[in-house]
Amino acid sequence: MILIYLIALPLVSGTLSWLAGRFSRQAPRWIALLGLSAGLAATIELWAANRHAGFSTWFAQVDWMWMPDWGIHFHLAMDGLSLLLVLLAYFLGIVSVLVSWTEIQYQTGLFHLTLQWIVASMGGVFLAMDLFLFYFAWELMLIPLYFLIAIWGHEHRIYASVKFFLFTQLGGLLMLIAILSLYFAHHRATGVYTFEYEDLLHTPLAPAAQMWIMLGFFVAFAVKLPVPPLHSWLPDAHTEAPTAGSVILAGLVLKTGAYGMLRFVVPLFPGGARSFAPVAMALGVAGVLYGTILAFSQTDMKRLVAWTSVSHMGFVLLGIFAWNRLALEGVVVTMMAHAVSTGALFVTAGQLQERIHTRDLGRMGGLWAVVPRLGGFTLFFALASLGLPGLGDFVGEFLVLLGTYQVSPILAILGAVGVFFSTLYALRMIERVYRGPNAGDWRIADLLPRENAVLAVMIGIVLWLGLYPQPVIDMFRPSMTRLAIYAPWRTR
Amino acid sequence: MSPADFTALLPLLILAGTPLAVMLAVSARMRAASVAIALAGLAGAFGSIWLALPLTPRLVGTILVSDRYALIYTGLIAAVTFACVLLAWGYFRTRAEHPEELYILLLIASLGSAVLAWSNHFASFFLGLEILSVSLYGLIAYERDLKISIEAGVKYLVLAAASASFLLFGMALIYFEVGTMTFDQIATAAARPGVSELMLLIGAVLIVVGVGFKLALVPFHMWTPDIYEGAPAPVTAYIATASKAAVFAVLLRYYGTAAGGPALFAILAAIAIASMLAGNVLALRQSNVKRILAYSSIAHLGYVLVALLAGGSRGDTAAVFYLIAYSATTVGAFAVVAIVSGREREADRLEHYRGLFWSRPALTAVFTTMLLSLAGLPATAGFIGKFYLIAAGGAAGRWFLIIILAAASTIGLFYYLRVIVMMYSPAPQAPPFAGAQAVSVVEGFVLGALTLIVLWLGVYPNMVFDAIARTF
Repeated sequence: MILIYLIALPLVSGTLSWLAGRFSRQAPRWIALLGLSAGLAATIELWAANRHAGFSTWFAQVDWMWMPDWGIHFHLAMDGLSLLLVLLAYFLGIVSVLVSWTEIQYQTGLFHLTLQWIVASMGGVFLAMDLFLFYFAWELMLIPLYFLIAIWGHEHRIYASVKFFLFTQLGGLLMLIAILSLYFAHHRATGVYTFEYEDLLHTPLAPAAQMWIMLGFFVAFAVKLPVPPLHSWLPDAHTEAPTAGSVILAGLVLKTGAYGMLRFVVPLFPGGARSFAPVAMALGVAGVLYGTILAFSQTDMKRLVAWTSVSHMGFVLLGIFAWNRLALEGVVVTMMAHAVSTGALFVTAGQLQERIHTRDLGRMGGLWAVVPRLGGFTLFFALASLGLPGLGDFVGEFLVLLGTYQVSPILAILGAVGVFFSTLYALRMIERVYRGPNAGDWRIADLLPRENAVLAVMIGIVLWLGLYPQPVIDMFRPSMTRLAIYAPWRTR
Repeated sequence: MSPADFTALLPLLILAGTPLAVMLAVSARMRAASVAIALAGLAGAFGSIWLALPLTPRLVGTILVSDRYALIYTGLIAAVTFACVLLAWGYFRTRAEHPEELYILLLIASLGSAVLAWSNHFASFFLGLEILSVSLYGLIAYERDLKISIEAGVKYLVLAAASASFLLFGMALIYFEVGTMTFDQIATAAARPGVSELMLLIGAVLIVVGVGFKLALVPFHMWTPDIYEGAPAPVTAYIATASKAAVFAVLLRYYGTAAGGPALFAILAAIAIASMLAGNVLALRQSNVKRILAYSSIAHLGYVLVALLAGGSRGDTAAVFYLIAYSATTVGAFAVVAIVSGREREADRLEHYRGLFWSRPALTAVFTTMLLSLAGLPATAGFIGKFYLIAAGGAAGRWFLIIILAAASTIGLFYYLRVIVMMYSPAPQAPPFAGAQAVSVVEGFVLGALTLIVLWLGVYPNMVFDAIARTF
């Protein structure tokens, strides 16, 4: 039942925020903060309760019949991986509310409604154990996200939001067709109509069919992750979204793609994934290098950060299809670390934009002397993003590269080159924004205590992931053991 | 005829009697009574379905069949007409024309539509179609002072008459070949040796041409945007939903029992693909909401055709469910258009919707729900409908058709989003219709009910699905 609460809570508090928004501009923020904090507390409680039991698969479940004619259940279940991602969803939800505190002054009630409904539908995505329900939540997530970008975004918000919607919708429909092919194939093999994840896991499929169905899923998740050449919505959407939207896009939406690969593509179609792995890994490395190069040549601060996401997510794809213990551990750490550090970079970019009303790197410069606290935070997260040892991103990417090396040394070397060049874009950004002469003659206020607090907590998480990532890996371990059963290559 | 026959026929009898009663009320200048009678008659027809239900399936006479399938459509048609009557009442409050005769025509059209759903014979097929068409001429050109309405009415008259002659010719060819006009006997007779398959195919294709005109399938769709634009919004809602659902009902029954063959299948598949793609692509460049909805309806009928081609109980159920979902959604969308419209002219330009959210949030929320349902996004009827369609196609192995369906509906999403974007854009300086009226209680009721139905079907479709699935 706790899983129902985790989804219903943001729905209810979102509605309350909206109602309160009719009377006050401030009340929705407090309601959202309270609602999401309660959800975060409940999730942490869930973590504490299962910490000693070791997060066995499906330590919490709800299973209701939904559409019996089709064998559709309302089935939610949680394992370590879902728990991690739900934690992340609530945490970044709170961050989003706090960073929008002064940025969003327009229709605050509606804003917090969409924000919390995104968190709720994310919960649905990460917990659904019925493929129909998963698809339902997957598509539902788009609606509030679309409105978040289209109403509160920046100059080209319409273009960006429509592009985002179309890309993900096409991927989603392909996934629906793939889900249904799997459903009918399962019926042909066993005589049972079911969308249950656990039942579909062992569906016997002909190799060709398995390949096609897997590709249907892969494309849907590759759009979200994103994998070049399906990434082109990402820089636009991230740049045009309000700060909260960028945080959610980078921190959560991209993670749904990674989650889908880990939860569905590999376990459901081990054979197909196995033969596709070389292509997927090559695409991953291509994403790493391409993202790095494009990030280096951007003049828009948010667009720069957006391209770094393409690069980091390339590591995730590489690690998933390298498919051994080290690489998979690296994937999960990268997912968490990227969500927090890149989310934080978007927060700092948003705070700067709120103060100087531009994202153009050419108009910035010399801001270190003006806003030293903001500069310090940005430097920290830029260092995290370039993979400084001791910080979260480093651990993740290092493990992914180690794992990849066991499979394909060449790809590992190319990936390492990507890490090396990430230094360039990160330092270039710091150089252009904070050093040099203060060309724009900016005189702006430094961070407020609220903004300091948000970024300080995020620093804590990145440090923790960098110095002691074991708890995260432990949470993921039971899920990973199930993945590793199918591993195509022998590893230690 | 036995008393049981009368009970079985009750929904049709009520639909036939109500226009007479309304006519009497109109001639006695009882304005309020005429609406009340029309609504009561429609509610009665809807309610009498449950009286007729225990007697199904039953052949009444030789040309009408009362079964669950016919009754479901009768319910749909009565409900849609009920909503359209209420909308027309609100729409004409501020206009020069009086809507009383419109009620009569709507009721007669519904009788024709219902006869189509009950038909298992070429005679009732043609009779129903003509009752529907003749009243539609009057309905489309109802606002005699508007040139655009007259033009639309005449256009529809010419095209419908031409398509009816194709239909008749096709029926004649089939009758000539097999010597019967009853659907199920056609199937058995066609299997006899010595029957020319070519002649049957030509007959079936001509029938498809006639039906294709009514359903506005590509390449018989040319009339749709002009007529949607020219007719008053409540009438457009009716044309887009009840009339198409009824014609589709008879097509599905006919195709399911009598027709068949790979050649006809290929032709219908080509029509479906062309409708899905052309409808959505042509809608992209429109700047008139009624024309956008017209092109979108072309695409939606193409989607339903996929279910027809998938066949089997799954396909038939999916088709009926989709028509119900589509009708509820489309009537809702046109209801918003009708309510937003001003006294002089309709709110059909996309510009009229700019910033609507900031002045009329509730109305915008309803329109957004309807558009998202047409686009097939979750928690709306359109989502479940599309899921059933794709599942039916998948079960029958029609992968190519459903991939086209997926691609086409992605294109479709683009223009639905255009309308939505317009509504949430910053409001213009001057509202397009000065002195826009508040939503009246009646209109609020229609909008609220339709929104609830769309959301309910989108989250918990079991009841409706079971009711339909038991027919097949």
